Amino acid sequence: MNVGMLYSRIRKDEKLLLSELRDRGHEVTKIDVRKQRFNIEQAPPAFDDLDLVIDRCLATSRSLYVTQFCEAYDVPVVNSPDTAEVCADKVKNSLALTRAGIPTPNTDVAFTKDAAMEIIEDFGYPCVLKPVIGSWGRLMAKIDSKSAAEAILEHKATLGHYEHKVFYVQEFVEKPGRDIRVLATDGEPVAAMVRSSDHWLTNAAQGAETAEFELDDEARDLVEQASDAVGGGLLGVDLMETGDSYTVHEVNHTVEFKALNDTTDVDVPAAVVDWLEATAAERQEVTAQ
Amino acid sequence: MAECVECGADVALHDDLEVGEILDCTTCGAELEVTDTNPPVLEKAPELEEDWGE
Repeated sequence: MNVGMLYSRIRKDEKLLLSELRDRGHEVTKIDVRKQRFNIEQAPPAFDDLDLVIDRCLATSRSLYVTQFCEAYDVPVVNSPDTAEVCADKVKNSLALTRAGIPTPNTDVAFTKDAAMEIIEDFGYPCVLKPVIGSWGRLMAKIDSKSAAEAILEHKATLGHYEHKVFYVQEFVEKPGRDIRVLATDGEPVAAMVRSSDHWLTNAAQGAETAEFELDDEARDLVEQASDAVGGGLLGVDLMETGDSYTVHEVNHTVEFKALNDTTDVDVPAAVVDWLEATAAERQEVTAQ
Repeated sequence: MAECVECGADVALHDDLEVGEILDCTTCGAELEVTDTNPPVLEKAPELEEDWGE
């Protein structure tokens, strides 16, 4: 197959995928989205004869728009623009999980400092303030006191993008010093790991230690449900342990897997390419009918 | 080898170099983007943007 890879930066994750695709004899068209122009009717020449496009854009804004263009050009894209739209925004993500009946941390959203302060006082301390768009644990605040809350809300209201004036406040979950990352293809777990840290943030990007994690039936079921809730695809589902159960705090749509690949015996890029092949074949069947 | 556009030091390149890949200059610490592989060309990498990530 001819796979288009949308990118603006080739990380180790993309190199692993490129290597696996080429080793299997697939043609790969790397498409640097910074160099493209996307007409509302006519696809750029780089999109000619592609069987499938995989969106590996590093920037959320690019990912959201380029996947829309792929759909408009009738070029199959993973993940779909619908999935991207839900996963890229923490509010939409939380709403989708809740709508599907999946346990997720209690969350309130407000649009002014005063309303956000009221939420924080109601939740009590600590609680967590997150940007609605963002990743790698950046700009996340664990709020321990009223004075800290006032300062952070003031900063957010004064500085930055309008999205920082959407105040997303979440209960603080007392996780056991770790959270769980599951890479899944249409809800089927490929591999999972725990990310452990003394810090309250346990993102791999923040330097958390990783170890393989064996999912039990409940976790597998939640991963499948969470995948369905956001529209399916190649996803990173994040869970936290809450005593004898789990809560799903978010689903990521341009999932990074290099840390997972180093942690598990599973050949993650091979599993992803297996899924890409199956997805492309499925799309061809649908088109032929 | 290629030359760091920031400090002029030699930057070691590996065999499976990809256009779009980011390298660190071990001399000055600059992040460099591979813009061509044949021959290798390095440019200063874009600054981290707020919406980058998963």
